[in-house]
Amino acid sequence: MSESEEFIRMKLACPMPKLDFDIITLGHGSGGLLTHKLLNEFVFEALGDCLLNADHDGATLKIEGNIAMTTDSFVVSPIFFPGGNIGDLAINGTLNDLAMCGAKPTYLSLAFIIEEGFALADFWEVLMSIKWAAVQNEVKIVTGDTKVVDQGKGDQIFINTTGIGHILKQSQIDATRIQASDKIVLSGPLAAHGMAIMSKRDGLEFETTIESDTQCVYPIVEAAIQSFGEKIKLLRDPTRGGLATSLNEIAQTTGLGIQIQEASLPIDAQVKSACEILGFDPVYVANEGIFICVCKAEVADPLLETLRSIEGGNKACMIGEFVDAHPGQVVLETGIGGRRVLNMLLGEQLPRIC
Amino acid sequence: MKYLDEFRDPILAKNLLEEIKRLSKGNWNIMEVCGGQTHSLVKHGITQMLPENINMIHGPGCPVCVTPLQLIDKAIYLAERKDVTLCSFGDMIRVPGSEKSLLEAKAEGADIRILYSPLEAVQIAQANPDKEVVFFAVGFETTAPANALSVFQAKQLGLQNYSILTSHVLVPPAIEAIMNDPECQIDAFLGAGHVCAIMGMEAYPRLVDKHGIPIVITGFEPIDLLQGVLMAVKQLEQGKTDLENQYARVVNPEGNSSAIDLINKIFEIRDREWRGIGNIPQSGYELKAEYQDYDANLKFNIDLEPVSESEKCIAGQILKGIKKPYECAAFGKECQPQSPLGAPMVSSEGACAAYYHFSNYQQKIA
Repeated sequence: MSESEEFIRMKLACPMPKLDFDIITLGHGSGGLLTHKLLNEFVFEALGDCLLNADHDGATLKIEGNIAMTTDSFVVSPIFFPGGNIGDLAINGTLNDLAMCGAKPTYLSLAFIIEEGFALADFWEVLMSIKWAAVQNEVKIVTGDTKVVDQGKGDQIFINTTGIGHILKQSQIDATRIQASDKIVLSGPLAAHGMAIMSKRDGLEFETTIESDTQCVYPIVEAAIQSFGEKIKLLRDPTRGGLATSLNEIAQTTGLGIQIQEASLPIDAQVKSACEILGFDPVYVANEGIFICVCKAEVADPLLETLRSIEGGNKACMIGEFVDAHPGQVVLETGIGGRRVLNMLLGEQLPRIC
Repeated sequence: MKYLDEFRDPILAKNLLEEIKRLSKGNWNIMEVCGGQTHSLVKHGITQMLPENINMIHGPGCPVCVTPLQLIDKAIYLAERKDVTLCSFGDMIRVPGSEKSLLEAKAEGADIRILYSPLEAVQIAQANPDKEVVFFAVGFETTAPANALSVFQAKQLGLQNYSILTSHVLVPPAIEAIMNDPECQIDAFLGAGHVCAIMGMEAYPRLVDKHGIPIVITGFEPIDLLQGVLMAVKQLEQGKTDLENQYARVVNPEGNSSAIDLINKIFEIRDREWRGIGNIPQSGYELKAEYQDYDANLKFNIDLEPVSESEKCIAGQILKGIKKPYECAAFGKECQPQSPLGAPMVSSEGACAAYYHFSNYQQKIA
């Protein structure tokens, strides 16, 4: 985060209100007085002017033109990790899905399912992250919901966000337009988010400075689409299942083959080392702040220049291309010049024995 | 030197491959012992880059794969007890027992924790005195020191609620068993580098002399493996039979004396059943008498029905290198990682898993 962003974030953060309880109880989800207290004196207090028309059952919006809509639920554990928390993911994740549709995010819904016993101080920190992500990206949270479940029936807090956004007029995102010789660009380094989470998982803790790459990629996407329009054929963010899974999905949709060069995959040294020690393959590790961009070959180089000029896209790389050979399959040219198939992730990656 | 990039250098790899091609005239079967080496060979595409007269045969160095079916069933039985927390390395939990895997038992509510180190299991035992904590102690000699240390620590702390379910196996007896098997046709071995980092190289001259085969202790990176193959090929072409150390940056011929002392303090060598292979004499570690309180096999009276393996699974032949995974009729069909018939298809060191994940088994790419 830049110094000015740090300053703005601190200004937006406000001290937690002093209430006469410090954990969430079932009563706070009952819909009655306690719910109103939690919402009015805490949640709305936290989110400030992100919230539009907080008093109705729903939001009425005036929307013209083509819009994109997406929904996502966030259940990450632990909820606090190096580089962010579940609140950051809940906003950035949905904004990114809208960006992948070529849409400028405008409105979000926000729903919580909270486990009884969740500390108010933790809830406040999550809300501050949500507020910061929304304000920074100029989106309004227009409607929401809060439920509380018995202890043991949740995992501290789950969040769902649904988002809508206006599709940029230059955008023609459509996988059916992809052809052989189209290039594949990756906007940033792999595996940071997944390894940041791993570093905090029980039994696997290790000392590291790896931080999650959670960020909203819309500004980078906007620059790309406004500059290159219909020459950008597809955007996809490789979250769960990692880069390899997303590429396999795209290969199967298009019926074309994909060829990737292992040597060109961007990955930070610490992340690479952490993957090696634990036995994880970085192409299967989750990411939260990068995206795949499929473009016509002729614009690949100027596209890279554009991406690299925007904060958050500085490490963009070209990693491969579409081919007529091996339809539906992703093949990796290994660092030493061999070739192997890159399959979809099957089940969870598990740390190895030796 | 960062030890990752240098040992994956494409120019070095190309030079080593050219040298192997230039020098190798005969048809040679070379077995890499360790499953981690198998994975590296397939993952980096080396098996396809070697000349056709070099046949890499994949060895039984997958501790998960050779853990007997009944021991997995015992682990699941323990995990399903309400008073037990079962801790395991991640790899082990997907291997199917006779009815289910540990992962399935976990989904059904068993308290199963995936750990990177057995010392975490000791901490869990300390923090939860009302629960029995059992660590599924699987591995070759590489993980034996950590497992031994966990028992040592537990005894120092006076813990009564910690025990290990042991499935420790040794490499040299496995090499001996393979060389004694008339179905196996091995000309040279690439020895398991990390096992030797612990145990040293003392057990190997006897094997070299008795069976008249070259053994090259080899690492795991692509350059390590290519160099190991080259060293073996040189010996074979010259008719030599020596013990060599390719992995000298890690392996000290005397091994790690602290680790060896700890292993000898806690464990003793006994006969062991290897899944798919059978009984190999003096091939496994069991806890010594003074540490028997920490032996889960003795602590819990586990009485299970004897079980038989899937008839379709040819894991034994895969582990001895008699067949390659794609020569199995069930490979990629009834047997896949999501629905494995045997352990080599799910372990991160299993040959079948390596071929399934990394190779062109569907014959679609050139």
